[in-house]
Amino acid sequence: MSYLDTIESESIYIFREAYAKLDNIAILWSLGKDSNVVLWLARKAFFGHIPFPILFIDTEKEFPQVYEFRDRYVGEWNLNYIEEQCPPVEEMDPTLPPAARLAARKTYGLKSAVAKHGYRGLVAGIRRDEEAIRAKERYFSPRDDTGAWDLRDQPPEFFNQYMTSFPPGVHIRIHPILHWTELDVWKYTKREGIPLVDLYFAKNGKRYRSLGEQEITHPIASDATTIDDIIAELEVTRVPERSGRAMDHEAEDSFERLRAAGYM
Amino acid sequence: MTMQSMHAQPLKIVIVGHVDHGKSTLIGRLFHDTGSLPDGKMEAIQKMCERRGMPFEWAFLMDSIQAERDQGITIDTTQIRFKTGRRSYVIIDAPGHIEFLKNMVTGAASSEAALLLIDADEGIQEQSRRHGYLLSLLGIPQVAVLVNKMDLAGYDASRFGEIAEQYRGYLESIGVSASGFIPISAREGDNIAEHSKHMPWYQGPTVLQILDGFEQPPPLEDRPLRLLVQDVYKFDHRRIIAGRIEAGRIEVGDEVLFSPSNKTARIKSIEAWSVPERPTVAAAGQSVGVTLETQIFVERGEVMSHAIDPPIETNVFKGRLFWLGQRPLTKGATYTLKHGTLECPVTVERVERVVDTGVLDRSDATAIERHAVGEVVLRTRRLLALDEPHVSPATGRFVLVQDHAPVAGGQISMKGYPDQRDLVTVRATNITAVGHAVTREARAGRNGHKGGVFWFTGLSGAGKSTIALAAEAELFTRGFQVYVLDGDNIRTGLNANLGFSPEDRAENIRRVGEVAALFADAGFVVISSFISPYRADRERARTAAKDDFHEIYIKASLAVCEERDPKGLYRKARAGEIRDFTGIQSPYEEPNAPELVIDTAELSADDAVARFLAYIQARLA
Repeated sequence: MSYLDTIESESIYIFREAYAKLDNIAILWSLGKDSNVVLWLARKAFFGHIPFPILFIDTEKEFPQVYEFRDRYVGEWNLNYIEEQCPPVEEMDPTLPPAARLAARKTYGLKSAVAKHGYRGLVAGIRRDEEAIRAKERYFSPRDDTGAWDLRDQPPEFFNQYMTSFPPGVHIRIHPILHWTELDVWKYTKREGIPLVDLYFAKNGKRYRSLGEQEITHPIASDATTIDDIIAELEVTRVPERSGRAMDHEAEDSFERLRAAGYM
Repeated sequence: MTMQSMHAQPLKIVIVGHVDHGKSTLIGRLFHDTGSLPDGKMEAIQKMCERRGMPFEWAFLMDSIQAERDQGITIDTTQIRFKTGRRSYVIIDAPGHIEFLKNMVTGAASSEAALLLIDADEGIQEQSRRHGYLLSLLGIPQVAVLVNKMDLAGYDASRFGEIAEQYRGYLESIGVSASGFIPISAREGDNIAEHSKHMPWYQGPTVLQILDGFEQPPPLEDRPLRLLVQDVYKFDHRRIIAGRIEAGRIEVGDEVLFSPSNKTARIKSIEAWSVPERPTVAAAGQSVGVTLETQIFVERGEVMSHAIDPPIETNVFKGRLFWLGQRPLTKGATYTLKHGTLECPVTVERVERVVDTGVLDRSDATAIERHAVGEVVLRTRRLLALDEPHVSPATGRFVLVQDHAPVAGGQISMKGYPDQRDLVTVRATNITAVGHAVTREARAGRNGHKGGVFWFTGLSGAGKSTIALAAEAELFTRGFQVYVLDGDNIRTGLNANLGFSPEDRAENIRRVGEVAALFADAGFVVISSFISPYRADRERARTAAKDDFHEIYIKASLAVCEERDPKGLYRKARAGEIRDFTGIQSPYEEPNAPELVIDTAELSADDAVARFLAYIQARLA
């Protein structure tokens, strides 16, 4: 078995555990490379069917290419698509730094979707290697009724046994690609031929390595115009993936505060 | 970095040890010395330290959460990656503070090798021992011990030797052998990537050399097939049984057995989505879906195997476990067992041993306190399909859940308990019951009493035979059709082909149970006099005889029986001349709710017989 087969198999196992044990699950789709891989893995796990709704939290500030991509693949992949609008930035915690305040809108959009649809499980495409706080996540990670993450008291997770029962009011975040790296995502995207928003490929010496709202996402200098180029670039880079995401870097703990409040 | 090594599986390494023995510092140093730090990270840490007015602190690399930086201890496991010339590593930093043991377990359980740190200055501490024990309970095969902070111990060879010798002895006592012992200073970089100038007396491998010497665990393809059924899907015309192959391999056309339901079917296809061609074989590690040629009812929780090497079926097993619950694990308590994809209630029948990693074993305990490890006997109502861990790691371990959260994990042992598979498998399927012309009532009318099975159980020396034979003589004179089944008349004939292994003992009792039921049906009073140590066996005998069954516990403690030792058997068992002797090497399971208890430590032999006769007279006459 190749390394990609191994991590794919683990993700499929997690998807199937979630489907067997939890009612009313949705997959969060940001339309980025990671969540496209997550959708792909769901189709692998369930033999071409996705037995969950696909939830898009719309900031209304995404790149136009992102909306075009959505419009095309909702139909082509026959998705049970649901969207939720985010509240205006003025309603966010004013003590957060500016970019984090913008990012916090997504948390609120997510909370209102959970309340509206009564989801008990949300599948999110986060990875441990993205960011130091996410490195501490569990595959099955409980959130209380405010959506908050208790980083300091997480359930133990071992022997492929996950927290699949929980008290009322709690929902579970399921992270099927937690163990993947950025490079793994690219190699798998290439092997499987998974489509992508073309902002990841360089134009005029710049490309996006990570996609978020337009105002707080910055491109990196790059000449990578194909997936192979991107893989070659990542194999030697020493720049972190989320360096172009402004909200991570405003203060030492800004990302931790976002995550604890329920951000993906 | 060549493409070859980039595609290779990264090795997962956990770093464990007592709090403040230098785990996070070691990781910071490993990253730096292998050139794996992202750009700007050193500078960011430098700045962070300056803001706090403290010297450069390697540990900040891992402890990137605010609270951890302020307290200076790791709360949760962190996973980051680095590369050496040989391969890439996922490195897991596990907290050393006892309050965060569940996080240490989470981190360590997924790793393939471990580095265990001991502070040269402080020496071996409680968590040093506890973590060593947990590595063995988690099934982590490779461990190297690093004696850290050698700079604070003056790079003294004798201090290193003293700690290494002491800890090697401890590891051996729990059945673990270390891959090596290395004297290091993580802060100063001694013996990490290069040999230390300060310790010319040490010629062994550096930390990087010992890491590169660790092996990936061998694939489980050549083991007996074990597929854990996760679900059965009917999204379209196909009925797909989904699950992961934990060991072995499957091929289209294979006949497979599902346990514990004991159903068989042939694999019709291996299903997959978006693959170049449909697979015809699959092996350990793959998450697959199969369709079967015949439609049998299979559900989540079953284990798929081949018929020639199936898992063990049992409703009782021993577990070596670590306990994470807020309240202690107690004898008699019921938890939720998670074994593979099966979940069911499980009761702690006995706490056999508590291992106190601080000092010595305590064998008299009835509870396991938070963060301790121990051995228990666990019993379920339903049958389980499981393995010894050396046969299949995934089906040889278990988790206990209480109030939604995992509270224990451990390894299974079946030592002293039989495989119940053969006893529950119905082989003769082409036999049709024929109604007898002579009714039970007619037989009872002629005999003047009903038939029944009086099943004695108890330790050797408890008085079963004495009471049975005296009662038989008395009942015969009172006009009863009565017969005693015991080792003398069963073992020499009907069961002459059976020995004393747990399986043979179970089969012995199964046959006695069936014969006793026939006798009772024929109108006899049958007294069976066997130790019959396993509750499951006695329950089967009860099922065979239905309402005619009476379980009679001939009760005397092990100490009393050993003191009596009428045939000298206990003495021989203690001397090792007899193996698998009940009460000594093999368990005796007391009845839960026997119809009658005759306590022979309290009653004289005559009174014991009288009590039994009174019971029988009241039930049958």
